[in-house]
Amino acid sequence: MEYKPIRKVVSGNYAAAYAALHARVQVVAAYPITPQTSIIEKIAEFIANGEADIQYVPVESEHSAMAACIGASAAGARAFTATSAQGLALMHEMLHWASGARLPIVMVDVNRAMAPPWSVWDDQTDSLAQRDTGWMQFYAENNQEVYDGVLMAFKVAETVNLPAMIVESAFILSHTYDVIEMIPQELVDEFLPPRKPLYDLADFEREPFSVGSLATPADYYEFRYKIQKSMEEAKKVIKEVGREFGERFGRDYSQMIETYRTDDADFVFMGMGSLMGTVKEAVDILRQEGYKVGAAKVRWFRPFPKEELYELAKNVDGIAVLDRNYSFGMEGILFTEAKGALYNTDAKPLMKNYIVGLGGRDFTVNDVRKIAENMKAVIEKGELDVEVDWYHLKR
Amino acid sequence: MNTLFGEKKAEAKKIVLTSVDQYPEAPISLGTTLSNFTGDWRTFIPVVNEDKCVKCYICWKFCPEPAIYIKPDGYVAIDYDYCKGCGICANECPTKAITMEKEEK
Ligand code: SF4
Ligand code: SF4
Repeated sequence: MEYKPIRKVVSGNYAAAYAALHARVQVVAAYPITPQTSIIEKIAEFIANGEADIQYVPVESEHSAMAACIGASAAGARAFTATSAQGLALMHEMLHWASGARLPIVMVDVNRAMAPPWSVWDDQTDSLAQRDTGWMQFYAENNQEVYDGVLMAFKVAETVNLPAMIVESAFILSHTYDVIEMIPQELVDEFLPPRKPLYDLADFEREPFSVGSLATPADYYEFRYKIQKSMEEAKKVIKEVGREFGERFGRDYSQMIETYRTDDADFVFMGMGSLMGTVKEAVDILRQEGYKVGAAKVRWFRPFPKEELYELAKNVDGIAVLDRNYSFGMEGILFTEAKGALYNTDAKPLMKNYIVGLGGRDFTVNDVRKIAENMKAVIEKGELDVEVDWYHLKR
Repeated sequence: MNTLFGEKKAEAKKIVLTSVDQYPEAPISLGTTLSNFTGDWRTFIPVVNEDKCVKCYICWKFCPEPAIYIKPDGYVAIDYDYCKGCGICANECPTKAITMEKEEK
């Protein structure tokens, strides 16, 4: 069948819901939380209209939503959920459970700032706080990437038997409408065949077995190692699946760090999610103004693309790491990760951390220009003014 | 039917995982539950009455430990090295063929 995309104007949340529908998810368990609500409302609508054969489990909290997904996934189903901020935090314990039991659940997290002060706006601290739960994390720049990301995530997750989180920005993507290209169902089915579970609880022909059973100090360690091995394996799978996606549907995701005009760049802006759309726009403008700059969008934060970062870092004089998140007592989270990944290499660009956009504060092309001016001066001087710059602070 | 538990259990008990490659991908029973003897946790002990047992194997499915196995004659028996005395089998047995009795130590 020839690929003819279906163009539709959708919000980021509807893009997520359509992707779940097209991935033929079998179980959705979710609890509504702003700004994620319209994802599950749309899925409920698909079910009500008879467009989808999905078992929807309404639950009383996000902890239960993830628990229900874990049960469904262990029984062999393709399970999906979505959440935001405090809801994601409430799932935390269950997130460890899903990855430890090696269940390829896919979840959309609509990035929202943690309270208090209460906030429903964009901020990456909620998802990054789940860094160590064993979930893969993909940060979408736009609605198209939300849709594509969910479809690819299922394929990757079901190959390496680890769960995956697709992260989109509150309101900037979740409630903003844009044209996206959706893929006809038959072609999605070819790309993403039905799941073949590692162990199937509903296989009544085999000996009963317990899932997530006790491991004494004699055995626990090996299971942790296996998760890490699968995370490393996932890097390969992500690139292959990303390349296949590109060959089939014209959008290539084989780079875990998408580089934009970095080839001859003196320095690059690095960041994740929707803010990188603004950065790319700014790069085009800055290039006309004579700045030799590029953008490096980290698509997959877990597994972390160390090798790709190294390739990028050895060719530039500086990296301005834009963090829409913060780890209190330290610095922006991507900044820590990027510096750490490069420490034992010979790539030593000047790295400076800019904390931007927390709690949904606007981050504009003009902000990128100011950061470029500052970064240029820092590189010319050859030393940092400050390592971590609270860029928007009212002084 | 895979009979890793059941008759081959004596053999299975000897399994000691010495290399990471021998471990299953996900932490399911094999090699973790088996090497973990829970048999000394008990106060009460399940006793099977074969006169009442209808071989439905509900107890076998529900037992959270690898404690119940099916004998060649089709009746169920309990491996007390693993039975922790939780009483789930007695509770779930539809014919009340399993009773929990105070264990004399
Ligand atoms: S008491 Fe519990 S552990 Fe023992 S056989 Fe019955 S269900 Fe299994
Ligand atoms: S549940 Fe009761 S009747 Fe069924 S196999 Fe076990 S002991 Fe026998």
